[in-house]
Amino acid sequence: MVIVFQSKPSIIASAAVAGPLERKSVFYSYFDSVMEDERWHQATNEQGNAKMIQEACEIILKKADLNRLDIDFFLAGDLVNQMTPTNFAAKEIAASFIGLFSACATSVSSVIIASVLTELGASKYAIAGASSQHNSVERQFRYPVYYGGQKPATAQWTVTAAGFTLIGEHTPKCPSIAAATVGKVIDYGQTDPFHMGAAMAPAAYDTIQRHLEKRNQKITDYDMIMTGDLGKIGLQILKRMFQETGASEADCNIFRDAGAEFYGEDPSFLAGASGAGCSASVYFSYVLQQLKGGRFKRVLLVATGSLLSPLTFQQGETIPCTAHAIEVTME
Amino acid sequence: MNQEQFEQIEQQITPSTPYVKNVLKAFLVGGLICTIGHAITYFYIIFFDFTEKTVGNPTAATMIFLSMLLTGFGLYQKLGQFAGAGSAVPVSGFGNAVISAAIEHKTEGFVLGVGGNMFKLAGSVILFGVASAFVVALIKLILVTMGVIEW
Repeated sequence: MVIVFQSKPSIIASAAVAGPLERKSVFYSYFDSVMEDERWHQATNEQGNAKMIQEACEIILKKADLNRLDIDFFLAGDLVNQMTPTNFAAKEIAASFIGLFSACATSVSSVIIASVLTELGASKYAIAGASSQHNSVERQFRYPVYYGGQKPATAQWTVTAAGFTLIGEHTPKCPSIAAATVGKVIDYGQTDPFHMGAAMAPAAYDTIQRHLEKRNQKITDYDMIMTGDLGKIGLQILKRMFQETGASEADCNIFRDAGAEFYGEDPSFLAGASGAGCSASVYFSYVLQQLKGGRFKRVLLVATGSLLSPLTFQQGETIPCTAHAIEVTME
Repeated sequence: MNQEQFEQIEQQITPSTPYVKNVLKAFLVGGLICTIGHAITYFYIIFFDFTEKTVGNPTAATMIFLSMLLTGFGLYQKLGQFAGAGSAVPVSGFGNAVISAAIEHKTEGFVLGVGGNMFKLAGSVILFGVASAFVVALIKLILVTMGVIEW
């Protein structure tokens, strides 16, 4: 389903907050705040994650010169069970709150819903975004953090980061949301939780294809099409999928992936970064700043989400995936 | 694009697992860990009152203690990424599995957190270790009773 926003809701402000290891990120200089330690001096990983969300929201309020009472909606999610960190952060933010789960695609699904609410006139200011915290996510989906298992070259590193945006009515000189595509759940039978890029690539392909088709656009109409966390191998798979179906190699250079680029060429991060905070922190810092700076005029942000569950994985099920897209323009 | 086409692309692009390299690394690190273990065995036999039959327990305990230190300092996971089975199969790997789970669940308290979860990964090693030891002992008992071998 492709939604075209007639009122073109704007991204009025944004903030990205990251953990200490994310100093190694190539996007580090674009982040608003970097935590000194993984838990931000809190007792638990989950509290650290909640604190990171609060910090990002505080930065947004400061940038937009608003206070908490001005916020109509808070739409967000993370990767911990029941989205506990986001729930605790929402308690502090005290706006009307809906928790959202699209795994790592929450960064964009939250913006889509905020834009719809804005277009409806139901929201003047809505904060949307997503976050992930490495230790709490690893523990939930894989092994304990200090467990000495060997990960294959296709594995990705969950980032500790939060990215949030303030969505409001159309505002000149701010990037606006022109259209959005809500992804379907695509499952091409992939079962390896250490190869999420391959599992998510078909979902990204499907969402991008449908968006371009319905909007009557070509890949080259965009300055950049950036997927969320396909990683280095997943991005190659996506490019090849487009090449096999008629796109030229030059067209495919428009495709980039936040996860593949996040930690640069550092081999210790294997295939790159992942996590809800990966796409959120890159989209809502680097990409928006490039739009504001005039380097990009039109970008398609395609957050990819692997709807993996440790339970169903052990029960032998495949990994369903989704991808949500927003078309962001700068006039 | 259908699933078959996708799978073809996926298999072409996904790098294959470097089995030979992994096996060599596992052999070297696993061998090194076992050599250290053996040195500790000799240490206990020479300097303390242990025999070849009784030295197993203090050696395993020492290896697990060393593994605990490495796990706590976040070094065992780096070793694990390099060595794979080489650092997972020796008793130090068992220690790492127990200790990493214990550290992870400390935030939920000592009874339900640490106590309830520390054997989350290593529990199956204990279960199947004990079960297979029982079967092996049973076979040996039968062979001894038949007079094929002696205790």
